[in-house]
Amino acid sequence: MITANYIKNEYIRRMPSAFCPGCGDGQILNAIARAIDHLKLPRNEIAAVSGIGCSAWIPSPYLRVDSLHTTHGRPIAFATGLKVANPKLKVLVVSGDGDCTGIGGNHLLHAARSNVGITVIMVNNGVYAMTGGQVAPTTEHEYKTVTTPYGNPAFALNVSEVVAAAGASYVARWTTWHMNQLIRSIEKGLTKKGFSFIEVISQCPTYEGRILNMDHIQMLHWFRDKFKTDEKGVFRIGEFVDIEKPELTDELQKIIEKVRK
Amino acid sequence: MKALEIKIDKNLCKGCGICVDVCPKNTLESSNEVNEYALFYPRVRDLDSCIVCRLCELYCPDFAIEVKEK
Repeated sequence: MITANYIKNEYIRRMPSAFCPGCGDGQILNAIARAIDHLKLPRNEIAAVSGIGCSAWIPSPYLRVDSLHTTHGRPIAFATGLKVANPKLKVLVVSGDGDCTGIGGNHLLHAARSNVGITVIMVNNGVYAMTGGQVAPTTEHEYKTVTTPYGNPAFALNVSEVVAAAGASYVARWTTWHMNQLIRSIEKGLTKKGFSFIEVISQCPTYEGRILNMDHIQMLHWFRDKFKTDEKGVFRIGEFVDIEKPELTDELQKIIEKVRK
Repeated sequence: MKALEIKIDKNLCKGCGICVDVCPKNTLESSNEVNEYALFYPRVRDLDSCIVCRLCELYCPDFAIEVKEK
């Protein structure tokens, strides 16, 4: 039986974490550690890459695997280099919504297009949480943030659909309420050959919850009631894409063998 | 299945109360006791009602709770 104490001793570098009380990042750390444990992956065959932001702290000091803490918005670019240099490595990118779609949206699209075999976990809380809760590309229309006190005039980017259209092999979206589904999706993403993208809707009680007048428990209930896998919910979650496609490092290897002849 | 002990590491706990919310049998409850960071950690209301589903362990963001099986 997998207990939290076993996961903590085996996969977590140090606790307590620097996350706010009630933050979903700790739950996502728990989910990633459990997914690695279920797959029985050796720790030297997996590398975690993160950018800048609250969610970038998930792998960098806390997850006990080799990790790379890179510049703002560029974790996918660094991860692509890591994967091409050592194709046997399982590369896991943990990035926030501002990091992944705001600053590094270009890298996300091109990694999905070239179908490089990395796993991207995007923690989506709808605001730039580390810098104080500014409006992000993923903030919903008319939702209040610190910089849009009368409601967001723009519309949110549906990142999962954009990445699916760009040609990823595996795309899923879950929330921090759906922990078992999330663990299964991370396992699928890590075993998938091509580019896999997992969007996790997370709660930010400090900057999102305070403006929306909700605490983290109310936000978790909001995820439970409004996020459904069918048309009943306001927001759609679930697995969107699960296909097999030729992967970038395999194609590169084919070219190398062809040229060497 | 019955629980032998529910261990709450009061100095890892940040008092968010997610474990109290997800518990299907209301085994845990929030308390008025504080840890060294002045955060209200939960306490066990009724140990016999625990069914060892380990949802509190799964949802705890800080790895602060551990259920020991009989």
